[in-house]
Amino acid sequence: MREPRWLRWARVLILTALTVFTVVPLYVMAGSSVKPLVDVQGAFRWAPSRITFQPFVDMWTTVPLARYFVNSLIVSLAATVCSVTLAILAGYAVSRYRFAGRGTFLTGVLSTQMFPGILFLLPLFLIFVNIDRYTGIQLYASRLGLTITYLTFSLPFAIWLVAGYFDTIPRELDEAARVDGAGPIRTLVRVVLPVAAPGIVAVAIYAFITAWGEVLFASVLTDENTRTLAVGLRAYANQAQVYWNQVMAASLVISAPVVLAFLALQRYLVQGLTAGAVKS
Amino acid sequence: MSRTVAAPAVDTSTPGGERRPPAHHGGRAGRRFRRAALPYVLLIPALVFELAIHIVPMLVGAWMSLLHLTQFFIRNWTAAPYAGLANYRVAVDLNGPVGSDLLHSFFVTAGVTSLSLAGCWLLGLTAAVLLQKSFRGRAALRTLFLVPYALPLFTAVITWRFMFQRDTGIVNAVLGDQLHIMSGHPFWLLGGRSFVALVIVEIWRQWPFAFLTLTAGLQSIPTDLYEAADIDGAGFMRRLRTITLPMLRPVNGVLLLVLFLWIFNDFNTAYILFDRPPGAADVISIHIYNASFLTWNFGQGSAMSVLLLGFLLIVTTAYLLAGRRRLRHA
Amino acid sequence: MKPRAIIALAASAALLAAGMAGCGGGSDSGSKGGSATRTLTYWASNQGRSIEQDKQVLGPELRKFQQQTGIKVNLEVIGWPDLLNRILAATSSGQGPDVLNVGNTWSASLQATGAFKDFDDATLAKVGGKARFIPSTLTSTGVAGKPPQFVPIYGLAYGLFYNKKLFKEAGISGAPQTWQQLVDDAKKLTKPDKGQYGVAILGASYTEGAHFAFMFGLQNGAKLFQGGAPGFDSPQMVAGVKQYLDLLATDKVVNPSDAEYVNDSQYLKDFAKDKAGMLMIQSYATAGVKENGMKDSDYGVAPIPLPDPLPAGGQRVTSHVAGINIGVFKNSKNTDGALKLVNFLTSPDEQKILNARYGTLPVAQAAYSDPRFQTPQTKIFQQVLANTSVTMPMIPEEAQFETLVGNSVKELIADAAAGKPVTEQTIKDKLTAADKKMQSGG
Repeated sequence: MREPRWLRWARVLILTALTVFTVVPLYVMAGSSVKPLVDVQGAFRWAPSRITFQPFVDMWTTVPLARYFVNSLIVSLAATVCSVTLAILAGYAVSRYRFAGRGTFLTGVLSTQMFPGILFLLPLFLIFVNIDRYTGIQLYASRLGLTITYLTFSLPFAIWLVAGYFDTIPRELDEAARVDGAGPIRTLVRVVLPVAAPGIVAVAIYAFITAWGEVLFASVLTDENTRTLAVGLRAYANQAQVYWNQVMAASLVISAPVVLAFLALQRYLVQGLTAGAVKS
Repeated sequence: MSRTVAAPAVDTSTPGGERRPPAHHGGRAGRRFRRAALPYVLLIPALVFELAIHIVPMLVGAWMSLLHLTQFFIRNWTAAPYAGLANYRVAVDLNGPVGSDLLHSFFVTAGVTSLSLAGCWLLGLTAAVLLQKSFRGRAALRTLFLVPYALPLFTAVITWRFMFQRDTGIVNAVLGDQLHIMSGHPFWLLGGRSFVALVIVEIWRQWPFAFLTLTAGLQSIPTDLYEAADIDGAGFMRRLRTITLPMLRPVNGVLLLVLFLWIFNDFNTAYILFDRPPGAADVISIHIYNASFLTWNFGQGSAMSVLLLGFLLIVTTAYLLAGRRRLRHA
Repeated sequence: MKPRAIIALAASAALLAAGMAGCGGGSDSGSKGGSATRTLTYWASNQGRSIEQDKQVLGPELRKFQQQTGIKVNLEVIGWPDLLNRILAATSSGQGPDVLNVGNTWSASLQATGAFKDFDDATLAKVGGKARFIPSTLTSTGVAGKPPQFVPIYGLAYGLFYNKKLFKEAGISGAPQTWQQLVDDAKKLTKPDKGQYGVAILGASYTEGAHFAFMFGLQNGAKLFQGGAPGFDSPQMVAGVKQYLDLLATDKVVNPSDAEYVNDSQYLKDFAKDKAGMLMIQSYATAGVKENGMKDSDYGVAPIPLPDPLPAGGQRVTSHVAGINIGVFKNSKNTDGALKLVNFLTSPDEQKILNARYGTLPVAQAAYSDPRFQTPQTKIFQQVLANTSVTMPMIPEEAQFETLVGNSVKELIADAAAGKPVTEQTIKDKLTAADKKMQSGG
């Protein structure tokens, strides 16, 4: 069927507007990062007066961004791996078994999404310092503590997504494996997981992004040695307000790997969500 | 966990929801027990972490809200005197300064949330529908629209903070100097406009998620529905009204709830954008943070958090119940 | 479940545990070795330009201490954004350092936790006694009438920095002697078309707002926290806040953009680039001014001028007693060693070395004999600190005071910058609200 003309124009207009809305901040970040200092201290200008890569050099010396980067990477990756693993186990149980408490578990887990972080931040902090006091396991100001915290942030939604995705995988596959004598775990690992790969990738992306961008808990639960990028860059931006070109350069460097990885994997995200979120 | 063992009605050996006779007849009791326990074993790790990081601290927080937990007792917080509901009374006393500030902050948060939610959903739906039909460059646009979602939150917000600067930012330069939509250079991060700034950043950050979810939702609508509509000669608007929107209802149900909770509880955006938000953008999570961490009056802060949780609980439950009823009637 | 399945589960659990242990390895605060009396843990605040620089400054001195006493000091330098949270963690867990630095305005708040050792007269004697310190710096170490739990280590004071080049261009011969002169000079220096203004302020910094409301309020005769009432909205306080705001609102000698400024680098840049004639800033700014390319001869320093005549009941206050204190954690297993370290760091010799490096003011009288502190600028700050500084209210709720009053001032500045009228009534309304919150929040 042919599209009416108004629709075609509306499409072009609206999509252009959305593109501008999306792109302008990205341009500001990238464009400002190659501007000399005078350009970002005066009135805004679209094009740099000259292109310089000095901000990319200077930013490493102003704050230990490299260390923050490593901290963020370790914590986010560990939290992602843990969260995805736990979500697979739980999601498999929820998808493949009907057991007492299943509904309660699902609702309960998802309801943790509505807890205001601020409500359990201080108790968690006190629990961490007291665990340290009585057992010597350092959770406060350690990457371990932050990892555990972050994994629980993405876990509820991850379980829902994984369970929803597993639901779309025909049970006949499981049964065939079962007939071959495979146990449930073996079935999960050998049969279900390979088919579920797109969904798992989607969940992993979600878990990683959640951990990578968190600020509130990181600002209270870390110290100088375990500081993550999110907190470090914020402090940096507060410190170096006049060096916006450096701040933008740092933002660009921090964003680039995540965005590139995301773009490489994004088709899985749509696939995974199509099957997962939509069904659950 | 104990009650699960005594749940003979539950058939665990059968995959899927339908009741079928167990595959292995006459298995020994121990074996059957182990099989019944399997789903719980799979859930335990997730459960343990959720309990440890969310549930237990939340209960501790609820208990703290009943204490006069100030800096005088932080060293030995178990010795903090029992305050009963005193912290709550202060928080809900709308004539008192603490209560009226909390209420103000609540209204600000509700305003930011409803506007952002509406914005995200509208933009997400529009983009998803307009990109439903294949055309050249569609994949590129889809990818581009997802970039704000992939961008680490703090770099995105810091960039916006730069853009909103009065003298060096792009917003004033473009709106004031180049397009002449506004006169002069207003402050965006101070005073009344900070509310607008926060809503814009929230929408920019979150609409890709709505777009993503709705795109996924559209893809699961069977194409024969549209084909049938084509045969009927239904136009764009009618197809939108009679097929797309009704079919998206379950997706919308989850999406709106999740977005609502995320934006309402969002601490990070306003914290990075303003550091200390001005009154017009004083969202509730930061308000409570400042009420407790700056003054070390944690009892008071906990009471406010519990009230917030109560509100979210009521809204969520009401929403889910309403959704269920609508589904039943549909 | 089949045995194989159990093994698989156990294996994945083990893997998980290993993975998480791998991400452990966080920081090591070194505070757990408290049983050894030969070591101490010291949390230093970030006084230099970076934490690295602090380590370079303190490292050699702490080695000197080790040679003298045989006590090894584990140093951790903590940035200001973390320090209060770290102290909170230490206080609530009992796991802290032996010795630590705190912002001196926190003294009374921290004293209320009871986590720090009292400096009664006997203890004070072990760190050089009262006579060692400049008396005014001792007023900001805790609640009046109780043994303090901290002693000063670094001193700071407000002063007026003025740009000699701009002064000369405007035909002004020297630093203003009265507040009225400052305003008049500022008007001469203000040329909005050139982007040049008489005074630059940190409009969005609530701590600055609180400091100036406090100083100017006292100049106008305000009395805070007397008879149980905060007294934020007294006519004198309103007059003090108005004195500060009028620079922007009425006299228009401040660039409205300053309402967005939150940190030093922003207005130091304006000052050094000849965009601002004057700054009211603390003594550490000498280093920052230099970094922005100004020579010592390019600018002058004077006490912030007072209104003349001083309003009835007004005090001659040109700064609060700014600075850093040092204290000993009660849970320390080595209190004697900890006191030795405090004694060492506050001794005149160390005071000379450390304050010279940091650009701060010695708190030990005897240190000023050193030629490094005989410069005209340091002398002025020293006089301000010793003679016209008053401590911020030493009450457990000091943080609330700074937050409430400071934010009121910040909001008023934003209003003034946006062109909204700022009158005695609008100021009073804001301060009354802050006053009420202070009364109910405690």
